[in-house]
Amino acid sequence: MQFGIFSVGDITTDPTTGRTPSEAERISLMTKIALKAEEVGLDVFATGEHHNPPFVVSSPTTHLGYIAAKTEKLLLSTSTTLITTNDPVKIAEDYAFLQHLSGGRVDLMMGRGNTGPVYPWFGKDIRDGIKLAIENYHLLRTLWREPVVNWQGQFRTPLQGYTSTPAPLDGTPPFVWHGSIRSTEIAEQAAYYGDGFFHNHIFWNKEHTEQMVQLYRRRFEFYGHGAADQAYVGLGGQVFMAGSEAEAKRVFRPYFDNAPVYGHGPSLEDFTKMTPLTVGTTEQVIERTLGFADYVGDYQRQMFLIDHAGLPESLVLEQVEMLGTEVVPVLRAEFERRRPAHVPSDPPTHASLVAAGADAPHHLVEPAREHVEKLKAEQAAQPAGVGA
Amino acid sequence: MSPRIVVVTAGLTVPSSTRLLADQLAEATSVQVSARGESVETSFIELREVAGELATFMVTGGIPTPRLTELREQVAAADGLIAVTPVFNASFSGLFKMFFDAVDPDSLTGTPVLIAATAGTSRHSLVLDHAMRPLFAYLRAVVVPTGVFAATEDFGSHGLAERITRAAAQLAAAVLSQWEYAVGGFAPDLAARPRRTSGTQVEADVTPFGDLLRGHSGSGQG
Repeated sequence: MQFGIFSVGDITTDPTTGRTPSEAERISLMTKIALKAEEVGLDVFATGEHHNPPFVVSSPTTHLGYIAAKTEKLLLSTSTTLITTNDPVKIAEDYAFLQHLSGGRVDLMMGRGNTGPVYPWFGKDIRDGIKLAIENYHLLRTLWREPVVNWQGQFRTPLQGYTSTPAPLDGTPPFVWHGSIRSTEIAEQAAYYGDGFFHNHIFWNKEHTEQMVQLYRRRFEFYGHGAADQAYVGLGGQVFMAGSEAEAKRVFRPYFDNAPVYGHGPSLEDFTKMTPLTVGTTEQVIERTLGFADYVGDYQRQMFLIDHAGLPESLVLEQVEMLGTEVVPVLRAEFERRRPAHVPSDPPTHASLVAAGADAPHHLVEPAREHVEKLKAEQAAQPAGVGA
Repeated sequence: MSPRIVVVTAGLTVPSSTRLLADQLAEATSVQVSARGESVETSFIELREVAGELATFMVTGGIPTPRLTELREQVAAADGLIAVTPVFNASFSGLFKMFFDAVDPDSLTGTPVLIAATAGTSRHSLVLDHAMRPLFAYLRAVVVPTGVFAATEDFGSHGLAERITRAAAQLAAAVLSQWEYAVGGFAPDLAARPRRTSGTQVEADVTPFGDLLRGHSGSGQG
């Protein structure tokens, strides 16, 4: 199982000191988090992507390329890559390039972005969000899998005889996750291609997360990629830890109370009940996190949000350290203990995808196509009024 | 099963004249439904009790709190709705609007609604038609023609009781006419039945991906 840190890359004033970090300081902190993550044995670092203040993370592959040069094992990912407003041709180039630089230590998470004005800045319309995600991702898959692409869709200028360079490392495109909080179309999309599904999880009640993940699992099986419990699931989590629960709450409360997104709203205690937020000891974080598998099933990737709401560098790096040294070793052992043998522990990696060979379904633009056509043929062969 | 009437009341004080009006409208509606040969199941939503949860819902981008989820489901399942608000500064109260901002825009489609308001003076009476009626028109509800406005002085007048009876009769008739096709089960009626949702659950029926991809696969077709 993979464990890591995901950051949204916001610049937020520290409410306890009134100090606002500079853009340079914020970017540097994110780099330090990634390096610390590798140092303490975490598996993944994922950066957000935004094109508006108060965020700094407009250029993920620049940042991940820099981190790749300073690390050896860390898997570099995104949370999320904007499949709606970015040109899929540029995503194909940038992330294939990053694959080459990092020796294949790359995967991506697709997201749509929820800030209305960002769409028109990039010549798009937020009301087309789902359609953009579908068309652009299909083109991205095609660019990574077909040497010469002829393509004409609704949103982008047509391509005639286009070849994306560099080609994916070892001819093997990176594994892709699709992140969505409530759009069932995106869970369906992840299931159709046999990709991973990531639920952000941290702002929602567990019943909702459970329903979204179960929908993805059910459709993953429907499309013939394997059993529902073998689908690739990732979850977000949000923690703040200290020696005692009282101490953790005392330190974290001013950050919680003033946080973007939920600050000035529910109490820390209510929010802890409503969402997966855990503020307490490492033991409490371990117990709560293990409980996630009770409602989403055995899963493959757990990411933690630890660097938001204006938390200063010293506190953030301490959290990464505690996760790596005290929390994740126990989680690894316990999650494997409960996992049935047929459920994969890790999501596909570059090494596993290369090992699977060039004939593996991963190399098809539409791995489920044949299966769907077979289902349709079977349905057509049945006498009228029988079957679903 | 009986038709379900949900009464949403946004009164703030205890006792509240808004609740007093809501009680009278609920009672009159029950009498009118009974007179047409059906019993009615009435439930009250006191918005004051969920004021904190509504604020949480607003500032968190819609975190569903347990009690609010229940109420949103109750509204989406109602066969008729009675909505009563006090008038503050020339419109419905903020609390009243917060609740209807928190319900799914498809939760009241085609549902009969009786609108009512209370105020200290009759000079606010146009709130019914300038604020409440457009709100429920946007939600594609069917607002009955008579709205009931009660200024403080109306609680001592005969006209209020008449207006309550007239509005209740209109709501009862609308609820029962919908109710017939809701329980009838004949295909043409079911086809005409508007789709409603509370928005509190993940929809189990997902659009198959082949339909989502149509026209977007890059083949230049469609």
